[in-house]
Amino acid sequence: MSVRVSELEILRYDPEQDEAPHFQTYTVPCHDDWRVLDAINYVKDELDRTLTYRWSCQMAVCGSCGMAVNGEPVLACQTFVRDYPQKIRIEPLQNFPVERDLVVVMDDFIDKLESVKPYLVPKEEKEVDDGEYLQTPAQLAHFKQYTACINCLLCYSACPQYALTESFVGPAALALAHRYNLDSRDVGRRVREDVVACNSGIWECSFVGACSDVCPKSVDPAAAIQQTKIASTGDYFMKVLMPWKRK
Amino acid sequence: MSRRPYIREPSRMGWWLKQSRYMRYMMREISALFIGIYVLVLIVGLFQLSNGEAAYEAFLATAEGPVGSTFAVFAFAFAIYHSYTWFQVTPKAMPLTLAGKRVPGAIIIAAHWFGFVLISAALWLLAGR
Repeated sequence: MSVRVSELEILRYDPEQDEAPHFQTYTVPCHDDWRVLDAINYVKDELDRTLTYRWSCQMAVCGSCGMAVNGEPVLACQTFVRDYPQKIRIEPLQNFPVERDLVVVMDDFIDKLESVKPYLVPKEEKEVDDGEYLQTPAQLAHFKQYTACINCLLCYSACPQYALTESFVGPAALALAHRYNLDSRDVGRRVREDVVACNSGIWECSFVGACSDVCPKSVDPAAAIQQTKIASTGDYFMKVLMPWKRK
Repeated sequence: MSRRPYIREPSRMGWWLKQSRYMRYMMREISALFIGIYVLVLIVGLFQLSNGEAAYEAFLATAEGPVGSTFAVFAFAFAIYHSYTWFQVTPKAMPLTLAGKRVPGAIIIAAHWFGFVLISAALWLLAGR
C-alpha cells in the first residue's frame, strides 16, 4: 500500500496557556486508504498526545468528528486524505466557540434543538400498555429523510446566516421541527410555531443552501426550511382570512 | 481547570468571498437589483407615455441609446441567471408527490422553464412585435 507524506496544519488552542488559537504543523505518513480521522489519530498516538478532538463511531453515524478541512465542514471519518493536496488545514467547526483544539462548544445548538420540541407531541398521550402510535409506510415516507440528522453541526458551520446572526435557530433544528410537523402522529405544529415561524426562525434563512451541500446524511435542511416558509405563509393567510378555522 | 472558550469572529463584510457557493448566492441576490432597476425604468417609461408622444419618444431614444442598451443586456443576463437559480431550487421548496411517488426534481424544473417560455412567448405576441 502506497504511503504519502501529508502536512497537517492543525488549529491548536489551550485555554490555560494560549491567548488565541494558532496552527501547528505535523508531518504524517498517510496510507492510501486513510481518512483525515486516521491521520489525526496518528498525530495523537505517535506525535502529540495533547491534541484534543472528538470522535467515536468511525462510520458517519455518531456525528462527533465534524471539523473544517481546508475550510469545508466535513466528518473526518468519511473524508479521505488522498483527496486533498499535500498540505491539509484542519480547524474546529466554524461558527462555534473553540473549547480546546478541535473541540467546539455546542451549547447554543443544544438549546436551540430543545426549543423546537424535537419529539412527538401526540393528540392524546397513551399509556405504554395501549400500544404504539401507528403509521403507514406512506406516512413515514413523507418525512423520513429529515429523521436522518445526526446532529453533527456541519450545517451550522456552513451557514453564513448563523455566523452573522447568533439568534438564528439554524438548519438542523428547523429541519427537525419540520420532521415532526410532517409526522402524521404529531399535533405539535402550533406549539413549535413561536420558535420556528418567526424572525429568528425560518425567516432568518435567506436560502444560501450551504447547509444541504455539506450535510453528510442528505437531510437537506434548506429544503425543510423553504417548505416550512410556504406552510407558515399559508398559516398566516388562513389566520387573516379565516380566523374561525384556526384552533 | 478553567473554561475559556475562544470565539473566532466571522468577517462581517468579506464572508461571501471565502467560498464559491457564497459568491454564487451573492450573485443570485444581486441579480434582483438589476431586475428591480429594470422595473423602475419601465415605470418611468409608462409615466413618460402618459406625458404625451414627445416625452415617450425621448424616453425610447434614451432607453435604446448606448447606456440604455448596455443596461438592458446586463439586466437580461441577470434576469436569466436569477430565473435559473430559482428554478433550480424549486424542487426543494415545492416537492410534489403524484400517485404516492415523488416527482423527480428535473421535471419540476423543466415545468418552470416551460411556463417561463410559454408566458414570454404570449407576452411577445401580445406586445405585437
